[in-house]
Amino acid sequence: MLSASATPVDQMAVTASSRHSGVGAWVLRTGALAAIALSVLVLLLLATGHDASAALSALARGAFGSWYAITSATLVRAVPLALAGLAVAIAFRAGILNVGAEGQLLMGAAIGAAVAAIVGSPSSTPAAALAIVVILLAGALAGGAWAAIAAVLRQRYGVLEVISTIMLNFLAQYLIGWLVRGPLQEPARINPQSASLPDALHLPVLLEGTRLHMGLLLAIALAVGAWWWLKETAGGFRLRAVGSNAWAAATSGQIRVTRTVMGAFILSGALAGLAGSVEYTGVTYALYDNFSPGYGFTAIAVALLARLHPLGVLATALLFGALEAGANAMQRDAGVPSVVVSVVEATLILLVVSAERWRSRVVARAESGT
Amino acid sequence: MSNGLDSAAGFLEASVRTATPLALAALGECISERAGVINIGLEGSIIAGALGATVAAGVAGAGAGFAAGAAAGVAVAMLFALFTVWLRADQIITGTAITLLSFGLTGTLYTTLYGSAGVALSIPTVGVVPIPALSSIPLIGQALFAQPLITYLLYVAVPLCAWWLMRTQAGLALRAVGEYPEAAVAAGVKPRRVQLAAVLFAGAMAGLAGATLVLAQAGTFVEGMSAGRGFIAIAIVVLGRWKPLGVAAAALLFGGANSLQSLFQAMGWRDIPYQLFLAVPYLLTLLVLAGASGRAAAPAALGRREITDR
Repeated sequence: MLSASATPVDQMAVTASSRHSGVGAWVLRTGALAAIALSVLVLLLLATGHDASAALSALARGAFGSWYAITSATLVRAVPLALAGLAVAIAFRAGILNVGAEGQLLMGAAIGAAVAAIVGSPSSTPAAALAIVVILLAGALAGGAWAAIAAVLRQRYGVLEVISTIMLNFLAQYLIGWLVRGPLQEPARINPQSASLPDALHLPVLLEGTRLHMGLLLAIALAVGAWWWLKETAGGFRLRAVGSNAWAAATSGQIRVTRTVMGAFILSGALAGLAGSVEYTGVTYALYDNFSPGYGFTAIAVALLARLHPLGVLATALLFGALEAGANAMQRDAGVPSVVVSVVEATLILLVVSAERWRSRVVARAESGT
Repeated sequence: MSNGLDSAAGFLEASVRTATPLALAALGECISERAGVINIGLEGSIIAGALGATVAAGVAGAGAGFAAGAAAGVAVAMLFALFTVWLRADQIITGTAITLLSFGLTGTLYTTLYGSAGVALSIPTVGVVPIPALSSIPLIGQALFAQPLITYLLYVAVPLCAWWLMRTQAGLALRAVGEYPEAAVAAGVKPRRVQLAAVLFAGAMAGLAGATLVLAQAGTFVEGMSAGRGFIAIAIVVLGRWKPLGVAAAALLFGGANSLQSLFQAMGWRDIPYQLFLAVPYLLTLLVLAGASGRAAAPAALGRREITDR
């Protein structure tokens, strides 16, 4: 079975780590891909009889048109995408196809909400601050634990993590469905949702008068931390080594592959879980069905477009946050269904994937001298 | 007592009805995975099939709807094959993108064609075709023999696929590509062609599944109405241990779990959390995967990217 030995994203991980062509080249390349994806959007808008210029200007306005749009729409959406994007990037760099970020994020939100229900309303400010930290950490732990299931299944039983994480996504979704109709349902027991989080337990707002919360700083700090850790530490080196060639890493005798894979998988899950508890304490203040509009899946596009680079993830999360914020404005002001941005996201993934394949073919041809 | 029997018969009928689109999609995915290609873009083929069926059925009737659904499913699968079979890009990443793309395209096209208000469409739907005598068997008669024709198609397709896969030269070639492509090449099989055919077949079946949702069940198109069935189909293939007959049984199990909610309501069991029952088939799938037999059943080259074929 494929799981334990082959690492389908290894090619991408190698190119991501070995190509030091600089920030300028990356920006240029990503800009070119974004331009192609935008042209696809324009073509689709024209083909479906929409006013493309009105739609695009609504998109731009919704994403960057005002201080409120930038902070409360674009950046607020970028935060969960950045955290879940980091989760996917770390896993893919280790050669783990974690398509379970969605489920790990949901578990982070669910357990965060459960802990919040136990904590209740704290009496003092320090107690509230401590409680927020505990809720966030509980979310990270829950995401890590959810990923650990898939990690154990992969390393011990040779189960494809793709399949197990898809199952775990469904299980997390049903677990929330039960929680918000059972133990965590609001006291009034009318709607399938949790009681709303007391004000004292809200993640502090970063800028007065906006919805932007501290989660942004957390995402930036973790991205920088992940970048440094991958690049400068022995643990980061082991992760990259296992990701680029698990067999070589194992036969070197210096790297315990199983331990490294388990660690990377759990770390990835913890980041996704944190995305869930940050979204819960920073934005939604409640748990309900469809808590995540597919952040865990969009995160795959975020990570790939960033070429699995943690700092790149910050940039691409911002891009996707802007796209989704702009899409809502486009639907409101220009009558274009917001789901159209999925086409842009998908085009970007396919472009990145085919660019990688093209490059590796050219390299292979050059090496074989034909 | 007769009320309980009625509820049970109703539950079985609902299980088979719910299982039909799942079994169609999973049967296709089973063949595709036996050829070594795991297509999580199946969800995209289902939703495309649903929209294709909606458009064509509104113009030319239910039969055309099923044909257009299959064609739309194939079109999406063709795009998936372009990246995975021809370019040999990663199957999971491509599948994710194809699913996103299909949701975006169908949502946009639907709004364009039928207006943003989501005008209530009236689409000709297909009724049940009770088989005389068989459909009056107590308890299971209605469930198995008073279904739309598309369900009966499965009664033929499942054994046919099982026979084709295990007993024909072509089926052997397909399994060889999924187990050990180099051996298949040595035997003169062209892996890319086999995989292309398998992926397109899966696309057609998933398109039919989407058409079934519209024409035999909902009677209308709703954005995102595939609702994860493509992913459920992948679970079904695993639980069915990559065998057509097993897939059909697993689809019934998933269909049954999804029909429990209405059974519980009919029986007045309001306090039983049906979400926990919904989760059972997924848990079972994980257990099967972890068991030794589950591992042995998986095609050895499933998801593999590089094939040395020239």
